[in-house]
Amino acid sequence: MVVLSERAAVRRLHDRLGFGPRPGDLDRGFAETRDRLLGTGPDAGAAATPMPDLGPPPDKPGKNADQAAKQQANKQVQAQAAQAVGWWLDRMAAADVASVERLTWFWHGHFATSEQKVRSPRLMLAQNRTQRDHALGSFTDLAHAMVVDPAMLLWLDGTGNKAGKPNENLAREFMELFTLGVGHYTEDDVREAARALTGWSAKRDTDGAQMVPKRHDDGVKKILGASGDFDAQSFTDLVLGRPESAAFVAGRVWFRLVSATPPPADALARLVAAYGSRRDVRALLRAVTDEPAFRDSATSLVKQPVEWLAGLLRALGVRPAKLDDKTRAQLLAGLRGMGQVPFEPPSVGGWAAGGAWLTTSAGVARLHVAQLVATHADLGAVTKARDKVAAIGDLLGVDAWSDRTRAALAGVAGTVRQLSTVAACAPEYAVSG
Amino acid sequence: MTIVQQVNRRRFLTATGVTAAAALAAGATQVDWGHLMTAAGENPLDPGAGVLVVVTLYGGNDGLNTVVPAGDPAYRNARSELAYQPEEVLDLGEGLGLNPGMKGFKSLWDGGQLAVLRGVGYPKPDHSHFRSMAIWQTASPETAVPTGWLGRWLDATGDDPLRAVSVDPVLPPMLAGERTAAASLPVGGLKLPDGALGKAFEGLGTAQAGEGFWQARAARSVNDLHRAVRTLGPSTTDKGKTQPRKGELAAQLDVVAGLVEAGVPSRVYSVSLGGFDTHADERGTQQRLLTELDGALTPFAQRLAKSDRGKQATVLVYSEFGRRVTANASQGTDHGTAGPVFVLGSKVKGGFHGAEPSLTDLDDGDLKLTTDFRDVYASLVEDVLGTDAGQILPGHSGRMDGLFA
Repeated sequence: MVVLSERAAVRRLHDRLGFGPRPGDLDRGFAETRDRLLGTGPDAGAAATPMPDLGPPPDKPGKNADQAAKQQANKQVQAQAAQAVGWWLDRMAAADVASVERLTWFWHGHFATSEQKVRSPRLMLAQNRTQRDHALGSFTDLAHAMVVDPAMLLWLDGTGNKAGKPNENLAREFMELFTLGVGHYTEDDVREAARALTGWSAKRDTDGAQMVPKRHDDGVKKILGASGDFDAQSFTDLVLGRPESAAFVAGRVWFRLVSATPPPADALARLVAAYGSRRDVRALLRAVTDEPAFRDSATSLVKQPVEWLAGLLRALGVRPAKLDDKTRAQLLAGLRGMGQVPFEPPSVGGWAAGGAWLTTSAGVARLHVAQLVATHADLGAVTKARDKVAAIGDLLGVDAWSDRTRAALAGVAGTVRQLSTVAACAPEYAVSG
Repeated sequence: MTIVQQVNRRRFLTATGVTAAAALAAGATQVDWGHLMTAAGENPLDPGAGVLVVVTLYGGNDGLNTVVPAGDPAYRNARSELAYQPEEVLDLGEGLGLNPGMKGFKSLWDGGQLAVLRGVGYPKPDHSHFRSMAIWQTASPETAVPTGWLGRWLDATGDDPLRAVSVDPVLPPMLAGERTAAASLPVGGLKLPDGALGKAFEGLGTAQAGEGFWQARAARSVNDLHRAVRTLGPSTTDKGKTQPRKGELAAQLDVVAGLVEAGVPSRVYSVSLGGFDTHADERGTQQRLLTELDGALTPFAQRLAKSDRGKQATVLVYSEFGRRVTANASQGTDHGTAGPVFVLGSKVKGGFHGAEPSLTDLDDGDLKLTTDFRDVYASLVEDVLGTDAGQILPGHSGRMDGLFA
């Protein structure tokens, strides 16, 4: 195992618990950086980028409405959705301590919910707020909130789940993808769990989820070997109490923040111990950074497109909120070209990882986005520097360029925007080494 | 609007790029464009060689509302509001009819080019999208394996230059082998800057000794991209703006048709259509999706039927599972088991294959399979790709007899 240098380990902390370093971030030590990223202090950058009020949902066209009215309503929803994405990107760029946004992004991929079916940007933002509130808190609280989250209920058909005719979708995914992992429950457990979740409903034009008692099945259910009149919250407690759940959650965090290779048994045991009975995400993350694998150069990860873009915006001081509408739309189109738009995961399983982001098509889109960001970047420090190749590396927080990249960058060193564009596409920046 | 419509044989043959040997020396595990083009020059697609096009329907398509047993009272009783009436469906005989959105499929059926394989599934079905899709893509129902069925076909055909192409944003697991994986091709344009910027970007594609795994892969993806642009670039001017936007699947199939007609030596193509994960108010949504499928595949099949190479293509359409027989309370259905599989093309023996599963003899509310999907794969591997299926589906001896005329 090749152990990362202190500077590279600090950069990795920023990559994995945040969206990459900002200029100057790599001059601090590992312990100080970690304490800051996992701290609970106030965040002026986040406070200055409050969640927007998207306004009311458009009036729902009646059954006999003409095509134009339907299109108009769709257009309004799409505009609200674009506003929501634009805001989140801006928040990712603006937050002083990026870990809260980074973990909110992680939970969005974990409890993956798509606007394409929810069709309510307002409810997607409400879910986002809930995920942010619990991002580094207790997984117990987060799971309790997600099982009755309005966008989640619409996404996994929890709203149509009523006594006598249970809809299994939410119950199944809740155990398979959110809390336990496949193989730790049976089909009977899915059927019985669906009964526990009966009675909830959510509407696109209201804010919260409602429990309709007469639709709830209050009979005795037998789930995972336990019997009782389980409801959404007691079902959640039952599932989280299973010994497999902690290992599952720790494994998902490991997969996204450390390596696609599962943690060795002893490491997993340490992570589970840190997570503990309070299901403390912050303590789990601290334990993750204590693992030898966290400093192993071999545990590299391909940055997901949103992580790459958010890091680039932060490093180059570009704020989506300050861009004009057209440029912001181009940024969004670029994300779509790279295959990842916030609030639109491809399925409840979330986004792909690893080499899936290194396709030919994504490479073209990445270059175009890098050009777009470079146009609006603050590159004064690079312009003034004598060694411009080194300076763009410092700005992006790349600890070392390879000879290959150094040579490529030298060819555009005279034009700083081109230099920035190529540097952002370099393997050293596209991958979190 | 697609990048391949203007790609002709000559352009493929004159494309130079890096040799296959150099690509392998660079540590290639994923097939790249240089390799593909070199292969086109050395051993172009034999006009008699079979081509397989796999269409994946993500989300678990409700088979009973696709090939509809509309005449069966058990069907209508089980899903009152969700059911189609006999007069609504496109009659195929034997009490079955196609979803009303599939008029083009019906014409293919009438022309003898559409095989409907009934009750296709696997033993001990898993109701999870992800596990079940993994089972279909790896063709390994009992144990999880890291290779896809067509990835193993790529491995088994060794240095054979005939390869596979995914026209999907993300490479599907079915195309990942132990040593090789399919190339991925963007549906949109491939336009890169020229001048110093273009040159510097291209420079990022050089392999670097001692580089970490993912960094090396990232560098190679830049290299692959430039090879693709060199070969396909001249035809990538963005004409999309002047044409009405087609559906995603139709655009993917346009790319495939162009490649097949151009004689690219690929034997396998993968495309997909998502959104079948419907559980509530399912009827309208599913019919819209099936209409999209129909509207994309029908012209594709008609186009292929016009050329010799196109006639060699066989299309497989599958989803990870069907749905429960009985509707849920939200006019939807929950995850089920067996479902119909479509195989179409000029070589196919049209009509029904396999027995229709019973609607009354169920396994805990689910259909019992009548055809193992591995039988279908084995026949496609042998009859379309001309490879012994024993290496691709170890331990599985079943075959789908009579699928081809």
